[in-house]
Amino acid sequence: MKNTNNFVGRNLYDLADFSKEEIISILKTTQAMKEINLRDYKKLPTLRGKTVCTLFFENSTRTKMSFELAANRLSADVVSFSASTSSLTKGESLQDTVYTLNAMGIDLYIIRHSCPGTPQLVNKYSGKPVLNAGDGRHAHPTQALLDIFSIWEKRGTLEGLKIAIVGDIAHSRVVRSNLIGMKKLGASVTVCAPKTLMPSKMEEVYGCTVDYDLKSALKDADVIMGLRMQLERQSEGLFPSLEEYTKRYVLSKETIKFAKKDALIMHPGPMNRGIEILPEIADSNQSIIIEQVANGVAVRMALIYLTLGGKI
Amino acid sequence: MKKLIKNGKIYLDGKFENKDILINDEKIEQIGSDIQNDNFEVIDAKGNFVLPGFVDLHSHLRDPGQTNKEDIVSGTKAAAKGGFTTICAMPNTEPIVDNVATVEYIKRKAKDLGYSKVEVIGALTKKSEGKEISEIASMIEYGIVAVSDDGHCVQNAKIKLNAMKYASSFDIPVIVHPEEYNLAGSGQINAGKYSTKLGLGGIPGLAEEIIIARDIMLAESSKCRLHIAHVSTAKAIDLIREAKKKGVSVTCEVTPHHLLLTEDLCENFDTNTKVKPPLRTEKDRKACIAGLIDGTIDFIATDHAPHADYEKEREFVLAPFGINGFESAFASLYSELVLTGNISLELLIEKMSTAPAKFIKKNIGEIKEGRVADLTIVNLDDTICLTSGNMLSKSKNTPYLNKTLKGKVIQTFCNGRETWKA
Ligand SMILES: [Zn+2]
Repeated sequence: MKNTNNFVGRNLYDLADFSKEEIISILKTTQAMKEINLRDYKKLPTLRGKTVCTLFFENSTRTKMSFELAANRLSADVVSFSASTSSLTKGESLQDTVYTLNAMGIDLYIIRHSCPGTPQLVNKYSGKPVLNAGDGRHAHPTQALLDIFSIWEKRGTLEGLKIAIVGDIAHSRVVRSNLIGMKKLGASVTVCAPKTLMPSKMEEVYGCTVDYDLKSALKDADVIMGLRMQLERQSEGLFPSLEEYTKRYVLSKETIKFAKKDALIMHPGPMNRGIEILPEIADSNQSIIIEQVANGVAVRMALIYLTLGGKI
Repeated sequence: MKKLIKNGKIYLDGKFENKDILINDEKIEQIGSDIQNDNFEVIDAKGNFVLPGFVDLHSHLRDPGQTNKEDIVSGTKAAAKGGFTTICAMPNTEPIVDNVATVEYIKRKAKDLGYSKVEVIGALTKKSEGKEISEIASMIEYGIVAVSDDGHCVQNAKIKLNAMKYASSFDIPVIVHPEEYNLAGSGQINAGKYSTKLGLGGIPGLAEEIIIARDIMLAESSKCRLHIAHVSTAKAIDLIREAKKKGVSVTCEVTPHHLLLTEDLCENFDTNTKVKPPLRTEKDRKACIAGLIDGTIDFIATDHAPHADYEKEREFVLAPFGINGFESAFASLYSELVLTGNISLELLIEKMSTAPAKFIKKNIGEIKEGRVADLTIVNLDDTICLTSGNMLSKSKNTPYLNKTLKGKVIQTFCNGRETWKA
C-alpha cells in the first residue's frame, strides 16, 4: 500500500472522478476496514474530533445507517439532517441549509438527494468535501464501489469478467455508477431490460452491451446483478404487469443456467423476491447479496477515512 | 438639436456604405455624403457600423407580476444595451395578458418609462389554459401584434384549430410554443446522451416536432398565419421547410442559444443552461444554422427569459427554465457565427432587424430617409464581458456570464432618442 493519501479533501460525486489505480487503492483500504469489522472490538480512534454530517433529502434507512455506522466506527461525530422530498419546494433553500450546518463546524458531508448534481452544490456552498450517497438517477458511487469490492474480493480482479445487469436500468443510479467503475477495471458489462426501461445511447455513453433478451444477456456471465423492479413503473406505462415482467426477466434457476456455473449473484437491495429474483437464486450458494451489505459498511469506512485524512 | 452621425459604415439596402445620417427629432431626415455639421450634435462613428435597431419578437419582461425577475424598465434598458429598439413581450405574466387592460398597462408603462419600444403579444387562450379563446379582436384594437400561449402549449387539437380559425379572421399571426406535454414529461434537458449520463429526465425532440407537424396541418386547414417559436431540432426545421415548399403560411424563429450552444454544456449542472426547448445536439445546432441560411428560419428571437439569481441558484431539477438574452445576443452571434465564418454580418442584420420588423408589419428594421431613427452603432473590434455587476437586466441567468465576446454595442437610438451609450 502507498504511504501517501491523495484522497484528502476530495469529493466523491461519481466514479468518473477517480482513476483505475485510485479505485483499487480504495478497494485495498476497504479490505483493511473489513478486517476491523470482523474484530470483536470494531472501533478505531482515528477520526476522533472530526464531524460528519449526513444530509438526507430522500428516505433511505439502509444507506444512512451504513454511513453512520461507518463514521461511528472511525470515532467521528455524526450529525444527521433529514428532510422530506416535499420540503424541497416549500422549505428552506439548500444553500441556506448548508450555510447553517456549515456554521456548526462540519468536516465532511454525505448527501442523498433526488436531484442529480446536488452533491456539487453542497460542496459549492460548504467548501467541504462531499460524498455522494445517491443523487437522483445520476450516481451512487459508494454502492458501486461496494459492488465492485464484492466481486474483486471473490475473483481478485474484474479484468476480463463478463457482468450482466438486469432490471430497471432507466431509473437506476446504481447501474450508471457501476458501469463507469466496472469498465475502468476492465470488465465487460451487458445491461438487460425491455426498451421502455432502457435509457437511450447506453452503448455510446458507457461502452456497454445492450440486450433486450435475458438469456443471451446472461450467456457466459461471471457476475449477474438483479435490480429492484418497482410497481409504479407499471402505472407510468413502461410495462404491462409484474407477472409479464417476471416471465421475461426474472433471475431463476432456469434462466441463470446460461451463465457460468459459478457466476456470482448480486442485488443492491431492497429485493422484490419473486419479481426480479426468485428465492432459489437469492439464497443460493452463488449469492453474495448479504455480503454486499457487510461490504457496504467497510467501503464507506474506507471513503470517510481517506477523505478525512486517515493514514493508509 | 438635430443629431448627425458621421463617418460610420451604414447598413443600407443590404450593404455597407460610408455615409452620414442626419436625425431630426424622431426621424431620419437625410442620408448622404459629408453632410454639413453646423449647429448639429455630431456623433463620430468612425470605424463603427451603424445598423438598423434590432427587433426581438420573443421576450419575457415579467411585468406585471414577476418584477423580482425583470420589469419593463430594467428589461428595456437591457434591450437597449443589447442594441434592440423594438421588443415584443410574451403574455405569460401575472396576470396573463389575455385582456385589454393588461395590454394597455404594458404599452403605457413602456411608452412612459421604457428604453425601447414594446409591442405586446396577447394570449391565444384565456389564462393560456388552452381551453377558451381569449378576446383577440378586442386586444387587436389595443395594438397587439400577435397571439400566443408561449410558455404553454394548447394540447387539444380541436381547441387549437378553432383558436387558429378565430385569429385568422383578423389576420393576426398565432405563435406556437411547440411542446407536447406527455412526451416532454418532467424532462430537464435534451433526451439523449446527456440525459442518460446525468440521470436527468429527457425532453425528446419529438415533443417539439409532433406539435409542429400538427400545427402545420391546422394552419393548412384554417389558413391561419402560423409562427413557430424557438425551433431547436433538425427534424423540426425539415418539417417547416417542407411546409413552406407546399405553400403553407408558416414562419419560424430560432434563439441565439440554439444556434450557438449544445446539450453538453449541461454536464456541470449549470442551471443557466436549463431552457425550453432544451439545448440540443451538434447536429441540431448545425441544422439551425443551415435553416437560417436557406431561409427556412425567418429570423432570430432571443426568448429573453430572466429568472432571479436565487431561483436559478439551486438544485438543477428545481430551477426554472430560461436564459437571459438581450445583452449577449448580438455579441454572441457575431463572435460565434459571423467571426467563425458560418454566416455573413449582413445575414445576421437581416435576421435580427429587417425580417422580424417585416413580421410585425411595422415600418422599422431598415435605415431609410423618413423612417424613425432606430439605430444601433456597434464596434466590431471591441469586446464585452457580462458580469453580475454590469448587466442591466435584473437577472443574470446567462451561460455567457464572465465570458468575453467580440462585437460591442456602443450606442443605441430609439425614435431618435439615445437609449444606450457604452
Ligand atoms: Zn416558449
